[in-house]
Amino acid sequence: MTQGSLLRQILRYENRHDPYPLYAELRKTPVLNEDDAYVVSTYREVLTLLHDPRVSSDTRNMTRSAGIDLQDQQDPQDQQEGEATLPPSFIRLDPPEHDRLRRLTNTSFGPPHEPHRVHEMRGELGAIVSDLIGGIDGTGRIDLVGQFSYPFPVTVICRLLGVPREDESRFHGWADTLAASLDPMPGEDPTERNRAFQQARTELGMYLAGLIEERRRNPQKDMLSELATLNGPDGSMSTMELLSTAALLLVAGHETTVNLITNGMLTLLRNPQVLERLRADPDLSVPLVEELLRFEPPVQLVPNRTTLADIEIAGATIPKGASLWLVVAAANRDPLRFEDPDRFDPDREDVRHLGFGSGVHSCFGAPLARLEAQIALSELARRLVNPRLLEDPPEYRSNAVLRGPRHLPIACDDIRP
Amino acid sequence: MRVVVDLNRCQGYAQCAFLAPDVFEMHGEEALLYKPRPDEAFREEVARAVAACPVQAILVDRLDEAVTAGEASDAR
Amino acid sequence: MPADGYLERLKRDGRIVVVGASLAGLRAAETLRTEGFAGTLTMVGDEPYEPYDRPPLSKGVLLGRTTPDHTALPRRTALEADWRLGTAATGLDMAAKRVRLADGEEVEYDRLLITTGVRARPWPHEGEAGLDGVFVLRTRDDATALHKRLVDGPRRVLVIGAGFTGSEIASACRERDIPVTVAERGAAPLVGALGGVVGAVAAELQREHGVDLRTGVMVTGLEGDSAGRVRAAHLSDGSSVEPDIVVVALGATRNTEWLAGSGLGAGPRGIACDAGCRAFDIRGIVTDDIFVAGDVARSPHPLFGYQFLSLEHWGNAVSQAETAAHNMLCASVDRRPHMWVPAFWSSQFGVNIKSVGVPSMGTELLISQGSLAERRFVGVYGYQDRVIGAVTFDQARWLPFYEHLIETTAPFPPSFPTVDRRPEGARSVPAEFPDPSVPTHGPTVTLSGYSPADRRMTFTPGRH
Repeated sequence: MTQGSLLRQILRYENRHDPYPLYAELRKTPVLNEDDAYVVSTYREVLTLLHDPRVSSDTRNMTRSAGIDLQDQQDPQDQQEGEATLPPSFIRLDPPEHDRLRRLTNTSFGPPHEPHRVHEMRGELGAIVSDLIGGIDGTGRIDLVGQFSYPFPVTVICRLLGVPREDESRFHGWADTLAASLDPMPGEDPTERNRAFQQARTELGMYLAGLIEERRRNPQKDMLSELATLNGPDGSMSTMELLSTAALLLVAGHETTVNLITNGMLTLLRNPQVLERLRADPDLSVPLVEELLRFEPPVQLVPNRTTLADIEIAGATIPKGASLWLVVAAANRDPLRFEDPDRFDPDREDVRHLGFGSGVHSCFGAPLARLEAQIALSELARRLVNPRLLEDPPEYRSNAVLRGPRHLPIACDDIRP
Repeated sequence: MRVVVDLNRCQGYAQCAFLAPDVFEMHGEEALLYKPRPDEAFREEVARAVAACPVQAILVDRLDEAVTAGEASDAR
Repeated sequence: MPADGYLERLKRDGRIVVVGASLAGLRAAETLRTEGFAGTLTMVGDEPYEPYDRPPLSKGVLLGRTTPDHTALPRRTALEADWRLGTAATGLDMAAKRVRLADGEEVEYDRLLITTGVRARPWPHEGEAGLDGVFVLRTRDDATALHKRLVDGPRRVLVIGAGFTGSEIASACRERDIPVTVAERGAAPLVGALGGVVGAVAAELQREHGVDLRTGVMVTGLEGDSAGRVRAAHLSDGSSVEPDIVVVALGATRNTEWLAGSGLGAGPRGIACDAGCRAFDIRGIVTDDIFVAGDVARSPHPLFGYQFLSLEHWGNAVSQAETAAHNMLCASVDRRPHMWVPAFWSSQFGVNIKSVGVPSMGTELLISQGSLAERRFVGVYGYQDRVIGAVTFDQARWLPFYEHLIETTAPFPPSFPTVDRRPEGARSVPAEFPDPSVPTHGPTVTLSGYSPADRRMTFTPGRH
């Protein structure tokens, strides 16, 4: 293994298929100061910091940048005048702005305003899954990512937002570029990626602006229309806020659930007795997805927080303004918190994982992602006859944060109706 | 089926209200109201809510109604 | 110390009696069974119902989301208990280890757990309390009766006392579009539990939702019509209100009368016990066969100077019941102390109010996150330069951080910046807890002095 800081080893692509031994190394030092970043990896400490009001998600508060660059830490205020850069979305903001935007966004997504929206998508989710599986040729090599776990959540987020599915080829590229910006690249000159990131963001913003303009004139029953015409106790979003929010939802809807589903099928194929149980009992998908979120979380670490004050934790001091990395995937395997943490066990009684984070920034789309993964995995288990992995480990995407296979080649004997 | 939520633990993530809206309801931004004895028809919904609760605050009885009813009459 | 083998015999075929079949009693009984108690378990309860959950009675039940008979608590395990429901305990013979029941029967025990809780404090004038339309709200029957009358569409409801229960009742009435007047002796709602600064926010909430809130007044008398129905209430400021329903929400009284003369350290402040939930007798000597848990217990807490605390909190009942049950079955070295940090919640007027620690011990308040005016905030209470409590309005996810500050006796005022610290959070202000000589109705925590055997009524900053 190439030496270097633990952090750099974790970020190295050749370790992407199994970072967990490195996470175990990380946990030996609950707060590790490397490459000017403070990396926290134990369950109790990660959970504590996710609820600590001295920890900011607004990277403008970061005064000691990590030696490892993240593109979207660019201060929007640094942008040249007149450049049409979107303001930070709510994952990059602190209360009260974060809370206000999240509340506004939620008015068209969840309770108390839209209590049934997600629940009532079950039938539609099932139909999309059914169509996608039905379209797979079961006689040859199947790429589960390309044929199922990517198109499924993309179709869902497009319908939810009201983004035309046929524009997928356009926004796919922008979404990829934006997701890649979350991928820390040790030692690389960030200038080019920053430029690509800003360009993708601007182009996506302009694309969405056109859609929103159209929805304002002709509102539909979709989130873009509803967010564009908001008028509640919290007022409405400015156009720029709306564009940032829509871009966030579109990218998040693209780049996370795909990994949850692919990681899920990979884990099931590595645990055939669980797969067999799921085939017989689709309800097992409910606890199974929670265990999956612990065992293989689609977002491995939160690399973008900073400290507003010196914070004493686990015998260490994280100085004010530090770059703080919370490795939720390592916390989820902390043996001080979970018994036999490296075992995938859907019967686990105690599965309070950090797969969706915790605190005010906990995943906005969590209920939808849960339903998508539950329906996808139980249907794949039911319909694929004798599925098996053709490559193990499969080829991974380069991203260390949004970690998942780029392709998952599988084969099966037949596809049940 | 009987349900109780430990509202000391509850932090208003609303996963239950998303996934089992017939049983759990957000009352304002953060407060939770729920039906403590939902119809059996909602058992699957409730199971989703129990599993999804990030603070594991929802307790559902594991016993058949008949067992507890035999122990103690619920009638006057 | 029990002789060798005693605990094994107790677990195998001993007799445990639990007096009080509500939340604490049920959770204790479940813990006894899951920790291996196979002997005879007797559950005594004065109400005729199996254990049910009380918080929904002032919220979901009054709002019509559920009914009082649907509040029975879920069971975690089969109890195989001998249930004596609808039968109050009337006496205790400590020497003979016997509990006397209202039906004349006696039940013998090897270990006794007392979880008799509290009851609603009734309107002090008996004749007026008996008027048709005058209610309290504590039990399933109370909720059934009150809900029935709310459904009938009353002309006006008068709530006497703006503590948590009174405020929740007023909130439910407004949500049902029923005119409601709230009369509170203190300067603001919730003032006894959270102080005047936060109480002022609660007052604004009430008024904004159309509550006719009268503070700094007492109800001096209730008046009935010829048919014995309440028709007017007279207030100390000379005004009067004409409600057809009056809900008396003046806090609670501890159910300890049945222990009078038993020799146990029980009185109006509750039953004193040690950190291991063992009851004290009146001499201040700890017993080893009688345990206490829940609202009726008062126990010393290390975070609060080892003062004896009485906590009317759901979470405390659960936690203390589990600790008591565990300790009932094990040797002294294996016992655990009950160290629960007080915590409670209330939802009213669409706002989720949560608290940790003991705000009512605080003298100073600092708004460390958010803003009072927006009604989304975290308030931190300080006492003698340390953090002693915290309250959130719709900001519950931050509360674990403040709980940690309380547990670690962090300095007050907190000097650090937070993600949402505003100019109003620059310095602390007096928390404005009322003069203790002015009674209010916002209990949930009562500090009840240092002596375990103290049965007198004494000054308590938590008040009833």
